[in-house]
Amino acid sequence: MQPVATTFFFYFLSAVTVISGIAVITRRNPVHSALALIVALLGQAGLYLMLYAPFVAGVQIILYAGGIMVLFLFVIMLVNIERAQKEEQFNKQWIVGIVAALALGVLFVLVYMKGKGLFPQTVAQLPEGENTQGIAMLLYRDYMFAFEIASLLLLVAIIGAVVMAKKRI
Amino acid sequence: MLSIETYIIVSVIKTVIALFVLLTAVAYCVWLERKVVGHIQNRWGPTRVGPFGLLQPLADGMKFLFKEDLTPPHVYKPLYIAAPMLAVVFALTSIAVIPIGNWVTIGGVHTPLQITDVNIGLLVILGVTSLGVYGVALAGWSSNSKYSLLGGLRASAQMVSYEVSLGLSLIGVLIMAGSFSLREIVDAQGGTFWGFIPRWNLFHGQIVAFFIYLMAAYAETNRVPFDLPEAETELVAGYHTEYSAMKFAMFFMAEYANMITVACLASVLFLGGWKGLPFGPAWLQDLPVFWFVLKVFVFLFIYIWVRGTLPRFRYDQLMAFGWKFLLPLAIANLVITALIVAVRA
Repeated sequence: MQPVATTFFFYFLSAVTVISGIAVITRRNPVHSALALIVALLGQAGLYLMLYAPFVAGVQIILYAGGIMVLFLFVIMLVNIERAQKEEQFNKQWIVGIVAALALGVLFVLVYMKGKGLFPQTVAQLPEGENTQGIAMLLYRDYMFAFEIASLLLLVAIIGAVVMAKKRI
Repeated sequence: MLSIETYIIVSVIKTVIALFVLLTAVAYCVWLERKVVGHIQNRWGPTRVGPFGLLQPLADGMKFLFKEDLTPPHVYKPLYIAAPMLAVVFALTSIAVIPIGNWVTIGGVHTPLQITDVNIGLLVILGVTSLGVYGVALAGWSSNSKYSLLGGLRASAQMVSYEVSLGLSLIGVLIMAGSFSLREIVDAQGGTFWGFIPRWNLFHGQIVAFFIYLMAAYAETNRVPFDLPEAETELVAGYHTEYSAMKFAMFFMAEYANMITVACLASVLFLGGWKGLPFGPAWLQDLPVFWFVLKVFVFLFIYIWVRGTLPRFRYDQLMAFGWKFLLPLAIANLVITALIVAVRA
């Protein structure tokens, strides 16, 4: 079946992602920020689906929206929110912030100007069913070394967390 | 290939039928539970409303609708109202990808007995159920009371912990079928061993995975013996302490809808879905929906049976069981299945 109303869905999902992304940094209540972040992640998952990457979309929902954000919310629910709301929301490093924002903005403009050269003219028609296999081939054959380094980093982080949390091991 | 209009009409019809059947099944699951647990405890269960108390779910529904919808003054309103809705929406969504039968042709329209066949069906179900945690967690937080918060925290910790074993127990099945699509997983389970044992995953080397799935699923749906989140003796009613009337009923519906989803998934992944037994009269083997419903019913009956039999875990026992027993077992099962499939290939 041919995809329908792709333009509408693209703008809709992008709007959801961007608006909830802004809400994440502007809400005073940390629980609201966390909820907005969940919505942003779900919007992103929708965008992945539109790019014919169903596996990435599913994993995005299961791991980020359904796993990691639950743990975020878990910690936030235990924090005293009355105190958190009185604390200052933005720190004073606005000069660094503006420089970073300008650099990113320039990058975006350049990509937009050169867009025609950077991206292929026609959208590649990917076989729908082979997304999962394709990712597996890339991860476990072509980029095996990088993948293993990433997993080693995660292992170090886990051990570090256990060492910091436990007084006696 | 159907035109887009027919496709939408067919989808809407299938969705309406599936939701109607699911909600009726939820209501009668409650009736079955009260009846069976009653008989286990040497009581009759509901008998007054209708023959065998069959109209009891209807009476319960009416009661919930007409009760005063109380909102305590100390709650955080938007999330307090949204939480039961989230719970029920995510509980009902996952029925969309569950196949209950093969392709049928009705009035010239050739369509599968499934609302939609997506090629990541299993990931969709896992994703939707993992989002279901938010209903419980937010209900606990927004109620602004000690019991609710503790119940919500317990529930989310428990669901996140057991989700890991649940997911790992399913990967063995995925390796055998080579697909995320639930329809292809069922198709991979056709045929028999020696002519009389069906080639279901349960008999095809995944029996350990089935029991891991069974236990993790009980914990995911917060049922006995893992119903810590609503342990009456410690937490009054856990995360739904502050809820009443229809909002409470929505949590109730979500719990039973989740049970049915888990039962459907078990019959699709381990019990051959709509495939019947390979012996018996031919007309009986050719009733896909009957076999599917029968398997789901058996699974639900075991659920209720367990509830009438086992006591509740202690919280540290629950966590130790999940992380120190189920998880290593699931990983071992996964490694062994992968090795055998790799050696055979």
